[in-house]
Amino acid sequence: MFEDVAISLKIAVEAGTPILLASLGEIYAERSGVLNLGVEGMMMLGAVVGFATTLTTKNPILGVLLASLVAALLSLVHAFACVSLKANQVVSGLALTMLGVGISGVLGRQFVGSPLPVRVAEASIPGLSDIPLIGKALFSHDPFVYLSYALVVILWFVLYKTKLGIEIRAVGEDPSAADAAGVNVALVQYGCVALGGALAGLGGAYLSVVYTPAWIENMTAGRGWIAIALVIFAMWDPLRAVIGAYLFGGLEALQFRLQQALFFGYRIPVTLLGSLPYIATIAVLVFASSEAVRKRIGAPSALGKPYFREERVF
Amino acid sequence: MEKKEAPPKWMEVLVPLVSVASALLIAGFFLALQGIPPLELYSKMLAGSFASYHGISYTIVKTIPLLLCGAGLVLAFKANIWNIGAEGQLLMGAVAATWVALYAMPSAPSYLVIPAMFAFGFIAGALWGLVPGYLKSKLAVNEIITTLMMNYIAIKLVEYLIYGPWRGEEEWGFPITDKFPEAAWLPRIPGTSVHIPTLILALLSAALVYLLLYKTKVGYEARVYGSNPEAARYAGISSEKVILLVMAISGGLAGLAGVGEVAGIHRRLRYPWSISCGYGFAAIIVAFLARLNPLAAIISAIFLGGLFVGGDAVQMAFGLPVGVVNMFNGLMLLCLVSGEFALKYRVRVK
Repeated sequence: MFEDVAISLKIAVEAGTPILLASLGEIYAERSGVLNLGVEGMMMLGAVVGFATTLTTKNPILGVLLASLVAALLSLVHAFACVSLKANQVVSGLALTMLGVGISGVLGRQFVGSPLPVRVAEASIPGLSDIPLIGKALFSHDPFVYLSYALVVILWFVLYKTKLGIEIRAVGEDPSAADAAGVNVALVQYGCVALGGALAGLGGAYLSVVYTPAWIENMTAGRGWIAIALVIFAMWDPLRAVIGAYLFGGLEALQFRLQQALFFGYRIPVTLLGSLPYIATIAVLVFASSEAVRKRIGAPSALGKPYFREERVF
Repeated sequence: MEKKEAPPKWMEVLVPLVSVASALLIAGFFLALQGIPPLELYSKMLAGSFASYHGISYTIVKTIPLLLCGAGLVLAFKANIWNIGAEGQLLMGAVAATWVALYAMPSAPSYLVIPAMFAFGFIAGALWGLVPGYLKSKLAVNEIITTLMMNYIAIKLVEYLIYGPWRGEEEWGFPITDKFPEAAWLPRIPGTSVHIPTLILALLSAALVYLLLYKTKVGYEARVYGSNPEAARYAGISSEKVILLVMAISGGLAGLAGVGEVAGIHRRLRYPWSISCGYGFAAIIVAFLARLNPLAAIISAIFLGGLFVGGDAVQMAFGLPVGVVNMFNGLMLLCLVSGEFALKYRVRVK
């Protein structure tokens, strides 16, 4: 029983990792004032590029890196449309998702069903992994999970404790004030959107190279959208994103359990269990919205609004 | 760079055309890199969708759901309400129609069962839209994600029904329901799959959305709310009323599209992707290609319908996956939304 719980927690962390990575990236994009609804498309593209590269080069690290790079390039399309051309961010983001999903379908058509020749080995952290329960849950994973831990801390630190973080938040709250203070608004926004793309691509590649590992069309199955919902749940804070992501990871682990469980002699149909994450996402949003109202916390003030530099007279 | 006054009419037509052309150009470049000759591909697409009687009829078949969903989305987007859930609302309409045809009134005559299917389909789609609508109006929950999640839930629900309680008894274990009784088959134009009642409803829906938006008080309120919620509040417009009404109508219209797909084409409920190959999402492009003009949506729906048919044709010929249509759609929407720049701003070089 104890061992069971430990294994479930371990699965929760691994299942939550792709969502966590994508959420972290979207937090940065939104903090700089750019809503990017293209997460699902960028994750999908990352998944196919990561898988294809790993398959052909037998090098998962190269695969994951290239996946981040390509997804970041895709996100720059969104940045160009929204930052430079002041396009509607909602529409551009939706288009990005369609584009990413479409391209990955075209690119991935020859990889469906191919087995991956290499596996990313687990690397338990000596000492820490011997702690009962926690050790198994948190410290006996593949290296990418540890990378995600590090990213949480680094991204939190940068956002709240460095000058760059202040600039990013200023751009998202009041771009004209940031501009007046000498911050290059467009550069910050391009950078944050690209980081968002890179992390979404990383999350997608984790899914296809490490977690599953396989390429299946539409394999991200809404995780990109869940990641966007989690940004609201996390109140745009990298540390709080961890809680949400593992909650959803846990739900995935629970689904496996419930598939085998009997309730008064009945099995719950797999298809109904499959809708659990989506119902939970709505529940989480309802919870976050009521909390936001109560605590008066909201989205970055300039989120979704294109910034125009007023003509200045010297 | 500065904001422009209202753009001239010819620009409003030219910009979408140029956007579509650039999307085709970019996609062609990408396909060429993949070793697929773009010109040959496009001519095959055109030949498949508009060059023959069979192709045109097939294009109209695809236009019907695109127009029904698209007209609803024009209404929603005009009110600045981001209903991304047409796909799920369509599926719920299909579920309702199946329930009517197979379970509620399996032996009723056509003149009862067909109107009942459309009525329940509309209600089911509207209810599916009202869930996110209610959450938005009461609790300020972001409707983009909730409508999207409702899509996934609808897909799972349809899968549950066809694998579970509604699986057909005469279908050798395939995940499909039994065939609808003949009374529930929508009449078609002979020799084609064009289901007449839904075609008429689709054309009507575009006209009705136009009348609603521009000739009624509530349509005016929706437009004011859409362009400036603050101003709407000062003018005493109830945001709740606007949100609920808009979500109910746009959801209901998508529901009608679902009725048409199951009662007009498949005559049974089947795998979600077979009922709607992304019509609810493509309808977003229908709305924006028409620059949120409900009457222009008729033309953009025909165009998108042709794209779907052409896409089907080249998938087989070139061994491309369904994703290729998605790729066109994404590129087109990106070019459209970027093209707005030319309509709204003037760049001055000093």
